[in-house]
Amino acid sequence: MIRFEQVAKRYPNGREALSGLNLQIAAGEMVFLTGRSGAGKSTVLKLIALLERPTRGIVIVNGENTGQLPARRIPAFRRRVGVVFQDHRLLVDRPVFDNVALPLIVADSSLREIDKRVRAALDQVGLLGKERMLPLELSVGEQQRVGIARAIISRPPLLIADEPTGNLDPQLASEVLALFRRLNEVGVTIVVATHDLHLVRESGLREIQLDAGHIGGTGEALHLPSIEAQR
Amino acid sequence: MSGRITSWTARHVQALLASSGRLSRAPLATGLTVLVMALALALPLGLLTLVQNVRTATGDFSGAVSLSVYLKQGVAVAKAEQLARAARARPDVARVELITADAALAQFRSTSGFGAALDALEENPLPHVLGIAPSAAASTPAAVEALRRFLTAWPEVETVQLDTEWVTRFNAILAILRRVLLVAACLLGAGVVAIVGNTIRLEIQNRRAEIEVTKLVGGTNAFVRRPFLYAGVLYGLIAGLLSWLIVSLALRALSGPAGELARAYGSRFELAGPTPRELLWLLLAGLALGWAGSWLAAARHLRSIEPSI
Repeated sequence: MIRFEQVAKRYPNGREALSGLNLQIAAGEMVFLTGRSGAGKSTVLKLIALLERPTRGIVIVNGENTGQLPARRIPAFRRRVGVVFQDHRLLVDRPVFDNVALPLIVADSSLREIDKRVRAALDQVGLLGKERMLPLELSVGEQQRVGIARAIISRPPLLIADEPTGNLDPQLASEVLALFRRLNEVGVTIVVATHDLHLVRESGLREIQLDAGHIGGTGEALHLPSIEAQR
Repeated sequence: MSGRITSWTARHVQALLASSGRLSRAPLATGLTVLVMALALALPLGLLTLVQNVRTATGDFSGAVSLSVYLKQGVAVAKAEQLARAARARPDVARVELITADAALAQFRSTSGFGAALDALEENPLPHVLGIAPSAAASTPAAVEALRRFLTAWPEVETVQLDTEWVTRFNAILAILRRVLLVAACLLGAGVVAIVGNTIRLEIQNRRAEIEVTKLVGGTNAFVRRPFLYAGVLYGLIAGLLSWLIVSLALRALSGPAGELARAYGSRFELAGPTPRELLWLLLAGLALGWAGSWLAAARHLRSIEPSI
């Protein structure tokens, strides 16, 4: 599903965020991406969502080589990758319904289809009945779930999340994680970047630890000793 | 396929409604932008209306064009009076004034200052002249030309002169005015494009977050651009209508004095506003300029907004 081969990413300001990164995530897998701030977690997510292209190396996502995908095909590519943000990035002047419907609207779906699927997505995240509310009328946890509903409404085969639990208390965080695991069970490949090592340990899922742009082989010593990178 | 076209149409209608809703929610800002655009459109439109009216007016005043019929030397006064009566009897002639050679000489002597020199002449060098004004119905160039040919055919007539010089000069002035109109229209059109472009640029900056999210979930550049193009087109159309209103009101204010001036020249001329055809062109111009301005701003600024994590 995702393959990085000798990937380097240098930003225009000269900072080299990744250098020679190799990683592979199979279809249907759910993995955590960990590492200190600046280790390159965000860059890996940006390369997966094609918000950035690699400076060197090859990034293959959903069977597409993102370094060579022409600009006019980027929108279609992004429709197959759901993105969840720490700050959820909802449009605060639009009701929940419009926020969740946005990916279908840009894809020219029919109004009936949109209506049906927005309700289905809101039902999945437990927010059915809140379609007409504005994001700021909801709790932080609910806002995050609206963001997740928006990310999954076009049924992407791949979901990436950047610190999805960063602003949530432990109980809300494990609720969000449970939601991800349910999605994973129905076949969605999920990549979660997080600082929350407790959550990673509880889940028992594979962890990819980044350290200064590499997979951190000795990274465990820098973090909690009890956490193991599986595989 | 038809479902796809239907949803495509629905998207456009939705974008149009969303754009008009957005404009109406900020009535003061929208109003000011539209007013400035309307004034920029009203100037060339007003100038165009002025040129059209002056042209109509001069066409009307050509009724005041007169023919000077110079008779041959030695034609008797009685014969000249007979010709004057014959001319007066024609339906295409309004007035005939006979200036005899003696009267002309007397006038020339009193106004020219060549009195002494004229005394030295043995006989009057001046011919009898008939001043003929065509009737209003026969003031068209073709009718005046027909009258001129008829008069030239009289054996006693030396030559017929048409007093058209001032009309020629006037038309030259009108040609300059039309050129000024063209230049003003180009400059102010560019101004309208700049106003729309700047307004749309600010709007794009205000909606940066929305544009980022839309691109993130797979919105194409065309999709993101669409509401801004509709906003530009709406600005242009409303400004076009408003400029038409401004020119119409200005004409109403001017019609009284203009009518008096025309009556002083013995004309029934009345100021005319822009025709429906001109209104259509005006709206098309507003639409095109609004579209151009918003397209430039969108092309320039939307590309630079890309989502990030």
